[in-house]
Amino acid sequence: MLGMTKKLLLALDHIEGISKLDVYRQHGGYAVLQKALKATPESLVEEVKKSGLRGRGGAGFPTGMKWSFLAKPEGVPRYLVCNADESEPGTFKDRYLMERIPHLLIEGMIISSFALGANTSYIYVRGEYYYIIKILEKAIEEAYAAGLLGKNILGSGYDLNLYVQPGGGAYICGEETALLESLEGKRGNPRIKPPFPAVAGLWGCPTVVNNVETIAAVVPIIQMGGDEYAKIGIGKSTGTKLISASGHINKPGVYEIELGLPVEEFIYSEQYCGGIRNGKKMKAVVAGGSSVPILPTELILKTAAGEPRLMSYESLGDGGFATGTMLGSGGFIVYDEDTSIVKNLFTFARFYHHESCGQCSPCREGTGWMEKILHKFIDGHATLADIDLLWDVQSKIEGKTICPLGEAAAWPVAAAIRHFRHEFEAYVNNPAAIKQVKHYYRLNKLEVVNS
Amino acid sequence: MAKVTIDDITIEVPDGTTILEAARMIGPHVAPPTMCYYSKLKGTGGYCRTCIVKVEQGSEKDPRPMPKPVASCRTTVMDGMVVRNNTSPEIQEARAGITELLLINHPLDCPVCDQAGECHLQDLAFDHGKVKTRYEFERRTFTPQDIGDNVKLHMNRCILCYRCVKTCDQITDGRVHGVINRGDHAEISTYISNAIDNDFSGNIIDVCPVGALTDKTFRFKSRVWFTNPQEAHRDCDKCCGKVTLWTKGTDVLRVTARKDAFGEVEAFICNTCRFEKKQLSDWTIDGPRKVDHKSVISANHYQVKEAPKYLYDRVKLLNQGLDLPEVKDNK
Repeated sequence: MLGMTKKLLLALDHIEGISKLDVYRQHGGYAVLQKALKATPESLVEEVKKSGLRGRGGAGFPTGMKWSFLAKPEGVPRYLVCNADESEPGTFKDRYLMERIPHLLIEGMIISSFALGANTSYIYVRGEYYYIIKILEKAIEEAYAAGLLGKNILGSGYDLNLYVQPGGGAYICGEETALLESLEGKRGNPRIKPPFPAVAGLWGCPTVVNNVETIAAVVPIIQMGGDEYAKIGIGKSTGTKLISASGHINKPGVYEIELGLPVEEFIYSEQYCGGIRNGKKMKAVVAGGSSVPILPTELILKTAAGEPRLMSYESLGDGGFATGTMLGSGGFIVYDEDTSIVKNLFTFARFYHHESCGQCSPCREGTGWMEKILHKFIDGHATLADIDLLWDVQSKIEGKTICPLGEAAAWPVAAAIRHFRHEFEAYVNNPAAIKQVKHYYRLNKLEVVNS
Repeated sequence: MAKVTIDDITIEVPDGTTILEAARMIGPHVAPPTMCYYSKLKGTGGYCRTCIVKVEQGSEKDPRPMPKPVASCRTTVMDGMVVRNNTSPEIQEARAGITELLLINHPLDCPVCDQAGECHLQDLAFDHGKVKTRYEFERRTFTPQDIGDNVKLHMNRCILCYRCVKTCDQITDGRVHGVINRGDHAEISTYISNAIDNDFSGNIIDVCPVGALTDKTFRFKSRVWFTNPQEAHRDCDKCCGKVTLWTKGTDVLRVTARKDAFGEVEAFICNTCRFEKKQLSDWTIDGPRKVDHKSVISANHYQVKEAPKYLYDRVKLLNQGLDLPEVKDNK
């Protein structure tokens, strides 16, 4: 590969047949495992702590710290669960990783399980990724046959059983406690925390739940050492991150970037997204999956202070939600000037309404209400008061729910009104114009009508 | 023991007590409203979010405030915790918001609902609701269902508090009751509409905070405030046999468990007592039942609700257009 950035996770993804065990081993696969099994579990946790690796699933919680919180009572089994229920709209990095290099995940799972002292581990895969379940199961079968899983792995005396569990296709099961409920065979409702899974997780035992990318990143960390890994990236955002770039760009796809890459370079350079397609201008960006606040062009390229915005947890979060956003899960959606933010928001709101589990009242009732109000805008019979009502409803949901789904539903609405209020007003003031336009999400035509 | 200050009233409670229980120990006028928490059942609470409070100080050791409002029914107290409930304007606003959200899909059919008069959602709406609704869309609807011979389920009125689900999990054997579907079309259902058939299933009527689960032997017989609640008991081999009889003249219209100031039953009763013993001769009358706190029914007399004196003083000041002093000691 010609890439200038150091590739840690996707270094091998271009190799033919890398999903097979023998090819993976030829290219240095499972060498890190041999190294790890000779070390003590505590030293492995220490390496991950030193690396500064942060959870890649969205929240960005330091992984080493999460691991060190794991309760270790005597005689109680511990579990490692890999969260492969990747369902955030705009995010498809785990799918790519598991599809191309399943053994990287499995190697990461074995090392992490060894570090945490888990003898049974699970990979909870999203139900819609049916073909990936088959890929993973095949890879696990190969690993069992080669003595990399099961009893006495590579003669180290460490036993591990690894299972793949398909989910039922609910977005909410990507929330770690709902995932555990689902894994236990129950209805996937988030649990009320505390207790956290590190104390009482799967079957009431201490459990660590990590994202696919986080677990895969453990392999290069152990390979190069935590200190060396921490040198990659910028500040507290260490290492590399997979970004699922989609939307109106010339080259959508999964890119591995070093954290700290300028957003402008990511969007416009040939190496990554390759600019906006059809020579259009960029209008807005959702930087980390559908639930993070949308930002207009001027704020995504530069922070409110005028500094260039970087792809890192801190830089994207600069300015709070007033002028900033989040790195989230890395679902990078770019919108060109023709996109209607209101229509886009309606799509998101419909999604969150459909996926709300119905357990706590603000999210259950509020998500449906927001969708219905937004539908009024799309239908062209909203009033200006509806904008304020929408703002009010989202503020009634945010921060008052059991799990982050309520916030995930409220943030995009808040950000769209905050940065694109004029578009909502345009929908109110020109309902007839919206009806006339055949593809009414193309707001540029509406602007012509306005003038 | 932990010292906790709720709305400027300090109380010492055993470790592991929740904020809600501590507030209830101070008194009903301080306690946050609850729609889903039920102290007699395990694992309830956390769903309805009406009991949210603001924690201004986490504990003596770690005085940082909690970033978000917390569900008081699921948060245990720490020594030195400072909590605001009725004295926090943001909590009052948030609670009003949750009340509004709980009501947007509620049919508001109180005039024909058997629960009216003893409905927790009515109380909540009275305390925190708005006069008008801002919701202008069609409400979700379901067809009423029979759950067994004696219980009617009106899913339209349900607020999905999960109390009946926990009741069926914990005091009846063999789980036959649960929630199907998700989001705002989630509904309470027995497994493929099987009847709940065991001796304690009638308790789901008592735990229901709204009129979603009603007693078929009582439906449409009388408004509750026209009936006369009396304490009674009988020798029952299945349960404690201590109940409240709701009578009109010499007719026993309804039998329920005895409920405390927070609308929670004192002891669960069996179906035989509840549905079959509908003669005064079946029971030994102990005397009139005082229905407490929020109810309009108290032995058929309206009970004067004593608000604490400081509230009257504050209202007086408000009427005079003066600034309110900071609340120090409400006792």
